[in-house]
Amino acid sequence: MGDGWAHVQNRAGKTRLAKWYMQFDDDEKQKLIEEVHAVVTVRDAKHTNFVEFRNFKIIYRRYAGLYFCICVDVNDNNLAYLEAIHNFVEVLNEYFHNVCELDLVFNFYKVYTVVDEMFLAGEIRETSQTKVLKQLLMLQSLE
Amino acid sequence: MPAVSKGDGMRGLAVFISDIRNCKSKEAEIKRINKELANIRSKFKGDKALDGYSKKKYVCKLLFIFLLGHDIDFGHMEAVNLLSSNKYTEKQIGYLFISVLVNSNSELIRLINNAIKNDLASRNPTFMCLALHCIANVGSREMGEAFAADIPRILVAGDSMDSVKQSAALCLLRLYKASPDLVPMGEWTARVVHLLNDQHMGVVTAAVSLITCLCKKNPDDFKTCVSLAVSRLSRIVSSASTDLQDYTYYFVPAPWLSVKLLRLLQCYPPPEDAAVKGRLVECLETVLNKAQEPPKSKKVQHSNAKNAILFETISLIIHYDSEPNLLVRACNQLGQFLQHRETNLRYLALESMCTLASSEFSHEAVKTHIDTVINALKTERDVSVRQRAADLLYAMCDRSNAKQIVSEMLRYLETADYAIREEIVLKVAILAEKYAVDYSWYVDTILNLIRIAGDYVSEEVWYRVLQIVTNRDDVQGYAAKTVFEALQAPACHENMVKVGGYILGEFGNLIAGDPRSSPPVQFSLLHSKFHLCSVATRALLLSTYIKFINLFPETKATIQGVLRAGSQLRNADVELQQRAVEYLTLSSVASTDVLATVLEEMPPFPERESSILAKLKRKKGPGAGSALDDSRRDPSSHDINGGVEPTPSTVSTPSPSADLLGLRAAPPPAAPPAPSGAGNLLVDVFSDSPAAQPGLGPSPEEAFLSAGPEDIGPPIPEADELLNKFVCRNNGVLFENQLLQIGVKSEFRQNLGRMYLFYGNKTSVQFQNFSPTVVHPGDLQTHILSAWPSPAPPGSTPMIPVPRPVTWPLRALHSLR
Repeated sequence: MGDGWAHVQNRAGKTRLAKWYMQFDDDEKQKLIEEVHAVVTVRDAKHTNFVEFRNFKIIYRRYAGLYFCICVDVNDNNLAYLEAIHNFVEVLNEYFHNVCELDLVFNFYKVYTVVDEMFLAGEIRETSQTKVLKQLLMLQSLE
Repeated sequence: MPAVSKGDGMRGLAVFISDIRNCKSKEAEIKRINKELANIRSKFKGDKALDGYSKKKYVCKLLFIFLLGHDIDFGHMEAVNLLSSNKYTEKQIGYLFISVLVNSNSELIRLINNAIKNDLASRNPTFMCLALHCIANVGSREMGEAFAADIPRILVAGDSMDSVKQSAALCLLRLYKASPDLVPMGEWTARVVHLLNDQHMGVVTAAVSLITCLCKKNPDDFKTCVSLAVSRLSRIVSSASTDLQDYTYYFVPAPWLSVKLLRLLQCYPPPEDAAVKGRLVECLETVLNKAQEPPKSKKVQHSNAKNAILFETISLIIHYDSEPNLLVRACNQLGQFLQHRETNLRYLALESMCTLASSEFSHEAVKTHIDTVINALKTERDVSVRQRAADLLYAMCDRSNAKQIVSEMLRYLETADYAIREEIVLKVAILAEKYAVDYSWYVDTILNLIRIAGDYVSEEVWYRVLQIVTNRDDVQGYAAKTVFEALQAPACHENMVKVGGYILGEFGNLIAGDPRSSPPVQFSLLHSKFHLCSVATRALLLSTYIKFINLFPETKATIQGVLRAGSQLRNADVELQQRAVEYLTLSSVASTDVLATVLEEMPPFPERESSILAKLKRKKGPGAGSALDDSRRDPSSHDINGGVEPTPSTVSTPSPSADLLGLRAAPPPAAPPAPSGAGNLLVDVFSDSPAAQPGLGPSPEEAFLSAGPEDIGPPIPEADELLNKFVCRNNGVLFENQLLQIGVKSEFRQNLGRMYLFYGNKTSVQFQNFSPTVVHPGDLQTHILSAWPSPAPPGSTPMIPVPRPVTWPLRALHSLR
């Protein structure tokens, strides 16, 4: 149940965000990301948004040049996670005003805050975009 | 333009990031990074203390460098210092650094835990959340030890802010998953259940996740959650779209929370209380009804959110497996999705229908979609969708459609991905055997399997066809003829040669009358493949040749000539050489009567569980046998010679021709039946474990009488091999059947020996009241287990250590012999 990890990568394979909800060594992490990259980048519109991967499954979606991937347990609800990704992206979009890849690069430390508002311990924490954005704006005003 | 927000500009960071991005090469990047690292190092070591802003900036830069993929071996101290700042931005960076670069230095851990403790006690919800998130992200044992007792308190405290409760719930979840022993159930559990009634939907969302995890190990403590979950779900599902403003997503009210509630309900059986149950059923019907209504939005987000709830609802209906009306409706809904234009939905529908197929209430409804599924198998472009279609065909197979399904699967096999071929081969073999009315069809199917995917036809499959042909007189002639024809193909797979070699050796006489398949023709056909085959196959063929000498005396001279050849008698492989020598001698020395007795036709094999099914289960896990477990669907189950059902109810009695010495004859390698413990002295001698009687007899049955609804099957065919190996080894698997695997590990030193017994649960349910009994002859002192500490986890990889070694003096061991 729940996420193993989530990451955002561009087409070239550069990781823009990685959040791990299970224990892995650093080299294992790198290897996993590379493998997932290899698997999702060859898929196109005729494929599903779900890929079986080892004894997990990857739910992913591509937004412009970025792949947002969540690795979940095989029993988890695919569509729920697919939309959780979209919900997250919409929040990023609001927060960074038409978010682009560079925003995630220059503000990487803030992206983690957004993630932790919406996902924690491998589970969905908050789904209301209104509430999340309100909280983020409040935090932004703090010194 | 990247937004650099007011408040914490950190221009230096932005400049550094730009520099890195502008580096033209990897070397330039490394150079720039090293320059920065040197700069930061000197600033950290510098005389004057850095101000908070600078420290924050440098720690953030270090973090960035780490995330680029470079190792960072300093900065932890500074990051920890940031934790004690009273500025949010500084704390945030400090916590982020230590969450990402987890360090196991105990001094740092102590400081970090201190900072967390302070923040948790600060009554500032922002700081409390930072601390809780850090614990949730790191989740180390040390943090668990420090805080596991506090988190439940914070979670249920009346004055905790909503956001703090949300974070506390999930933080507790993380700690529980990592170290369940640190989070004992207590007074707080009832209060946690009541969070399901909280007015803040985010708190409910987090609480549901926590409860779902906790109730798996402690179902009784949380069973009151069922009625609360039902009410909550019911209110959401029937709410108007204006009710849950903040939590409505593309016109769907609280989709994620609904899904979570439905998953929580799947942890429990259907509610016993009639009112609760009624409300739930109404709710499920509403979801199914809504699926039929025209959508409120054309956006895919709307349909995904709605369908997420729908699929989880169907999962719950399947889990309950008690409402025929709902099951059939679910099936019909999925049937509509099978032809949806979105691949995601077709995939999910196929997957979900697979589980529906095994329910007696919906099995017939599922079958009505067979044509659509076959079409999917042929036309879907995503291989994972095709694979789901194949799985569904397997699940929906029964007597009425077996021939059609098997032929479609064979066709699919021809172009299937290599990774899945073995599984498809196993499934086709199982279906062909299970539903064969006409065994010549079965033989054809297996031979087709070999022809199409010979490399993936494992031993279990072709042993099985040989067993079946041996046991059925009516198909022997057909098998001989078909195999003969198959062998004539210019390039035939080695497995075909094995099968053909064996069948002709046993039943070649049935086609010898026809001049096209006369004995010399049969022999030269087989022998033409001889040199192309592996050692194992050649060994099999040699046995066939000696059988030919018996069956067809006219071939004796030719075959003896072959056996006599230097390449056989002096073959580098010991087995081949031995067979050639012995068969040659046998053919020269034995009289025709003796020869005929020795090489008599193989007797029928006694029945036991299909090892193919066992193999498939091993490949796929406990859920694999679903197509066949449901004997309700198949009242007139067809069987060969006493039943090939996967749930045999008796330990097979040794047949007269049982191999008492436990030594295997030459092919077929199908195991002789397990001799009962009393009858097999050799096994006793080799078993040096005073515990669990040599696991082949009736005694395992006694020990496991309370094991559950399934009857205990006979041990797996390899059981006697398992014991033989203890001649030379101290460790290994002692006994195995469908339910249980027992392993033993022993060590000996001077006059003392110690033995560990490991019990592995192979089923998908927990063992209850599992009490292994150690029985020792005579005056051996042992400890006897009275209670198993906790039921063996289902489907666990075997080898769960039993923490009580049995020690006794070696001279007593000798007395066992």
